[in-house]
Amino acid sequence: MSTAADIELVDYDEAIARFDPVLGIEVHVELGTATKMFDGAPNIFAAEPNTAITPTSLGLPGALPVVNHRAVEYAIKIGLALNCSIAETCRFSRKQYFYPDLTKNFQTSQYDEPIAYEGWVDIELEDGEIIRVEIERAHMEEDAGKNTHVGGSTGRIHGATHSQVDYNRAGVPLVEIVTKPIPNTKGRAPEVAAAYVRTLRDIFRALDVSEAKMERGNVRADINVSLRENPEAELGTRTETKNVNSFRSIERTVRYEISRQAGVLDAGQKVIQETRHFHEDTGGTSSGRPKSDAEDYRYFPEPDLVPVAPSREWVEEIRTSLPELPAARRRRLLGEWGFSDLEMRDVLNADALDLIEASVAAGASAPSARKWWMGELARIAKDRDLALPDLAITPAQVAELQGLVDAGKINDKIAKQVLTKVLDGQGDPAAIVEQDGLAVVSDDSVLTGAVDQAIADNPDVVAKIRSGKVQAIGALIGPIMKATRGQADAGRVREIIMEKLGVS
Amino acid sequence: MTHMPSIGRDDVARLADLARIQLTDEEIDRFAGEFDSIMDAVASVSEVATEDVPATSHPIAMTNVFREDVVETTLTQEQALAGAPEAQDGRFAVPQILGEE
Repeated sequence: MSTAADIELVDYDEAIARFDPVLGIEVHVELGTATKMFDGAPNIFAAEPNTAITPTSLGLPGALPVVNHRAVEYAIKIGLALNCSIAETCRFSRKQYFYPDLTKNFQTSQYDEPIAYEGWVDIELEDGEIIRVEIERAHMEEDAGKNTHVGGSTGRIHGATHSQVDYNRAGVPLVEIVTKPIPNTKGRAPEVAAAYVRTLRDIFRALDVSEAKMERGNVRADINVSLRENPEAELGTRTETKNVNSFRSIERTVRYEISRQAGVLDAGQKVIQETRHFHEDTGGTSSGRPKSDAEDYRYFPEPDLVPVAPSREWVEEIRTSLPELPAARRRRLLGEWGFSDLEMRDVLNADALDLIEASVAAGASAPSARKWWMGELARIAKDRDLALPDLAITPAQVAELQGLVDAGKINDKIAKQVLTKVLDGQGDPAAIVEQDGLAVVSDDSVLTGAVDQAIADNPDVVAKIRSGKVQAIGALIGPIMKATRGQADAGRVREIIMEKLGVS
Repeated sequence: MTHMPSIGRDDVARLADLARIQLTDEEIDRFAGEFDSIMDAVASVSEVATEDVPATSHPIAMTNVFREDVVETTLTQEQALAGAPEAQDGRFAVPQILGEE
């Protein structure tokens, strides 16, 4: 059933030159409701195994599901944000398959009547190009439990002697969003796939319907890839790589599948419609099971649940309450902040948009907030191998620090020292400046002493200044800054020197 | 009258595979015959369900039965595992999963 293991990968650029890739992406998002889709068990990430469950989560005989009102609201929010139509009525269906992560031997899902359908979302690529992705549907369903394979050396099924199942995740509300085929991406297919999932992730966060943490599996992507000879040809046979969990892995999956499928086709073989698995270590995919036909799932309407028929009033109420979406927000902030497109893209890529916005809200100017987050703090984050939002400093502290600079209390050099102390948990900037006596010294009695000393130590420099070379003053300021541990008010020092030497 | 397709040996074998049960050749033969008579019985329902009778998934015309998003009583781990044939590390222990990942 699987393709020959010795298929040679075709060089990516060559594959793209000869074949036209088409993508299709299914994104599952776990909703951030308090409880599960069909029962009142808490929807929590970390808990002792098999404690966040009710008889319904376990599918015990006689247990009946009841739909979570908020989960439906969140699904409608997602549908509206993706420009979908919201069904006047829709129902749940049973999707039958046997696997230990499902206690009921079916997953309660939606089949022929999804809650949202026919939408689109615009995604922005690295170079600013906008691509519109058509959405086929968004439907509600429940997550499955979690299998742990025991006995194998790597925790994988291969070699495992048995499996352990934790049903805490079983029944967690999911919305699955399915695209229509995404054509015309050519060599940018990997970037488009990752940008699409990132766009959705940002929308989920803006809507506040999910924490949307990729690394926790809150957002999971199944990546369909097919090749055809040219953009006019019919769609080729696709493979579906399941549960790809990071943007980088998504890009690598698409890249690998394009190279692999080109190799299969070059060898005169057919691409087999199947699910595949991505392997982080090798960057490749391997064959899973042959893709079941929809009829193998023997879908039928869930008799234990009645249809969901969201009133138009409710839908409009939700539409009105939608927050500003990421794309609109980016455009607005770009205008307000006056950054260049390139600066804005760097900010987005560094995950610094929220941080800068919060710093601005706390009183910093946009350019100064950008300077801190994209400069010194980005450098420190990189050194410490952390994401910017994970640094131990708040936007308010950054704004406070900049405020001290703006007020002339500290200079830029001292500000960087204060920043390090904040990151080390020594407190807020103003308090640190106070405690450690880091404020700029503008007290003339202190400065005058240092100036006198510098003048006495550097007679040749003094002579130059007196002869008219005013720029030589810098050579005196250096030792004075050193004598005051960098804290002298450089402007005031300059004035005092000029007064003393009688130049202007 | 609506024609119901008859159930052959291949169909029974496929269903058994989907249901993860193993059938002997004799059982496949027997079930093929039995399924056929069930299908005949269902076919007589189709005679009544003409095109002007809409399909329904629920006997009562109700919609929008919701639960508020409020945490209710949960089972303890002990209760959850009470009916498990085997348990390990607070989890249900199941036989090796083959052929799929």
